[in-house]
Order: sequence, then structure tokens, then C-alpha cells
Amino acid sequence: MIDFGGWDMPVQYASLLEEHHAVRQRVGLFDVSHMGEIEIRGPQALDLVNYVTTNDAAKLQSGQAQYSGLLYEHGGFVDDILVHKVTEDYYFLCVNASNQDKDYAHVVAHNQFEATVENAGARYAQLAIQGPRALDTLQKLTPIALAPMRYYHFVDSKVSGAPARIARTGYTGEDGFEIYISPGDAVRLWDEIVVAGAEFGIKPCGLGARNTLRLEAAMALYDHEIHASITPWEANLGWIVKMNKGNFIGRHALDRQKQCGITRSLVGFEMAGRGIGRDGYEVCIGGRGTGWVTSGGPSPTLSKNIGLCYLPCADAAPGRKIQVMVRGVAVDALTLSTPFYKRTK
Amino acid sequence: MDPENLRYTKEHEWVRVEGDIGIIGITFHAQKELGDIVYVDLPKAGTSTQQGKTVGSVESVKAVSDLYTPVSGEVVEVNPLLAESPEILNTDPYGSGWLVKIKLSDPGEAGKLLTAAEYQAYTGTESL
Repeated sequence: MIDFGGWDMPVQYASLLEEHHAVRQRVGLFDVSHMGEIEIRGPQALDLVNYVTTNDAAKLQSGQAQYSGLLYEHGGFVDDILVHKVTEDYYFLCVNASNQDKDYAHVVAHNQFEATVENAGARYAQLAIQGPRALDTLQKLTPIALAPMRYYHFVDSKVSGAPARIARTGYTGEDGFEIYISPGDAVRLWDEIVVAGAEFGIKPCGLGARNTLRLEAAMALYDHEIHASITPWEANLGWIVKMNKGNFIGRHALDRQKQCGITRSLVGFEMAGRGIGRDGYEVCIGGRGTGWVTSGGPSPTLSKNIGLCYLPCADAAPGRKIQVMVRGVAVDALTLSTPFYKRTK
Repeated sequence: MDPENLRYTKEHEWVRVEGDIGIIGITFHAQKELGDIVYVDLPKAGTSTQQGKTVGSVESVKAVSDLYTPVSGEVVEVNPLLAESPEILNTDPYGSGWLVKIKLSDPGEAGKLLTAAEYQAYTGTESL
């Protein structure tokens, strides 16, 4: 168990590799109750959501979710979040555990609208059921037909009789579901999902597998690929910024940076020489330090050592020869387009 | 291979002395904490080293950990299996997963390291 933002969480239950492969090939179950939830309600809930986030929440239908960013005025990330539109006057935000209080304060500070904001993390536990057999597993426990549910949609229903918000979302690059439930029901539902998934080979999965899975899918992790000094343009997250939706926090800075041009950009790499590029390692080109690794490690699915790094824009294209400084030794690597892994649909 | 008769460091290495040779590895506890080991970086034969110095590293999927030698001397043999099969550090840390053999320059050093009982007390685990 490790301390993760104040939560005691298992890095692995048995074997990180077995857990990783279970999610790619069958199904895995994650306890992600540490994730935070913020609820925004009221007649101007949408106005507040659209003012504090980068994506356009006005495009959402009830029962639909979107990936989005919370930015500072200077354009750096406060957090990356999921915005769920429950009803016209009720939005449900899923935020990173360690950022929950900061996010809540940020949203409240910019609440110049008729909206109520609640830091609701204590009212929700969250379980993620991920992998090609996630649907078969969860379907045994819910009356809602899951197959017709589209990716990034959700429904309020029940799991094993307990009220649950069931979303077809995830952080693994596989099909799957994230369910938001009452903490009082969490242990029972965990056990029931394990039983329901037994015939499909379900495995409880820890933070370690969650990290290797999301890295293969090249999904950002806060404090690694994104943080207060990184903008969406730099992090290849321009697709979650809708500049034409109206004003929002960080818009001016993003507009300015777009006109001036960015100087660095996130790009994938794979190690060519022996060694593993890890978070924080320096990246060199032609003997000169030019960037840094944001996340790196072995890819269990691809059997390669992969990572993400920031490089000057001119070098942040696929196919460039770079060196990663692995504890004082320059090890050859090659930049790659991401994601490293994409599931076949 | 009986872990009871080895000597241990607080950095979770073990050493077994056979004549003037010390055989070095990492403990069961160490491999369990690291998880699935994917890469081992070891010194070449002929390298001279001193007790407590970094001689390499062990990497698992999730982390990298330095290796410190429990004894001083010259590396005379490196486990040839580890380059291709680092996972034997997980499955057999006290046997086929040994790391290097060192020709001891100070045969008295090993005796000052932790005994099995002391190491168990240090890690707070029952198993070695």
C-alpha cells in the first residue's frame, strides 16, 4: 500500500503484469474511490461549467460526458476532469483526488453565476470495470442494457440493487465502465463484481496497472504530462479547448500563446538501447539537454520501454533520434506518435 | 539454499560467503516490494567495489531501485541468466536469481551484517 494523495491504495494486488494483461485481454476491477467529485447545480450551472472549463459543455446532452480542462488565467492546468451533464441544471465533475480541494476552491472563486457548488467527494465511491469483458461482467448486475450505451455516455441506474451512476468511460484504453456509488455500498459491490467477473477471469487491479495501461494509451496524468506550467496546446490537448464557445478562464493566455506559437510539445518515445526512461529523466538531442520525460516505463502489452516527453516543437515529431539520460548514461530512443496502444473495435 | 544462513543489509541485499567468494542477491522482501522485475543492470566482471557502494540497479515495471554491495572486493562473475530472464529475481531470489560473485577483499565484513533474525526484525516481516 502507498499513500496517494492521502489515500491508502494498493500499487498491485498480486502481480502488476497479470493485472495489466487481465485488463487488455479480459477484465479488471479498480477501486478509484480516491477520485474527487464536484457537483454544480442551479439555473446557471452550465454558465459556470463553461466558464471554468476549456471544452464546450453546451454541446453535451443529458447523460453525456466529456473530457475537459480546468485552467488558471495564465493557461496552465489546475486539473484535467470529466464533465457529466446529468440534467439541464445539474453537472457532475469527476476530478483528480489530489486536486479535489484546489479544484473546488477554484470553481467557487469563479462562481459569479447563480450556481451552487458542492465538494461531493465524500458522498461517492468509484469503481472502474475495464477490459473487453467489462460489459459482460457489469451486465450481470444491472437492469440497464449496457450494450447500446455509447462511449462517454452514462445513466443513473442500479448495480446489485444499489443506486449507481454508470458511465462508459475509463483510463485504460479499453472499453469499460466507471460507476459512482455510495461509499456504504462500495465493499459489497466490489465483492459482487469480483464474483460476477470470475467466469471472465476478472482481476482486482492496483495503481501500478492503472499507470501502465494509461501510459500505453498516452492518457495524461496530472503532475506528469500536465500541471500548472503546461498549457493544453503544449500537451496535445488542443482538442479539449473550444476557443469559440465564449469566454472562459485561461482563454486570453491560450489565445496569446496560439498567436506567438508554442515552444515545446509532448511526444511519445520508445527506448532503442538498453534502459528505461523514467519520469523526470533528461532528454538530449546531439548531446544537448532539450527536454524531459513526463512518464516512462515498460509497456507490458508491447514489450517495449515507452514514455512521453516534452521536446522543442521542431523535434517533437515522430521518428527523431533522441537520447534519454538514464542515471548518467545517454541511452538511444526514438520519438513515436501516440497512442502507443489502440484497441481494435 | 537456506535464507536462514545468509547475511543481510538494510538495503535488502543478501550475501552468502563461500571461502573467499561472496555471492550477492536481493531479498524476497525486496523483490516483493518492487513487483515484476524487468531489467537488471550489473557491473562487469573485473570491477572493484566497496561495501555500501552502488553497483547497479534493479528495475520493475513500476520503479527503479539501486543495488548496493554488502561486501568489498572484485566482481568475478555476473549471473548470465539475468539479462534475458530478469523475472527469476521474483521467482527465486535466493537461488538462481543471484546477482554477482565478489572475491572478498575483507573477509570479516560479512560477519558484521544483519543476521536473518535481525533482518526479519528490521523489515517487520515473518518470511525472509
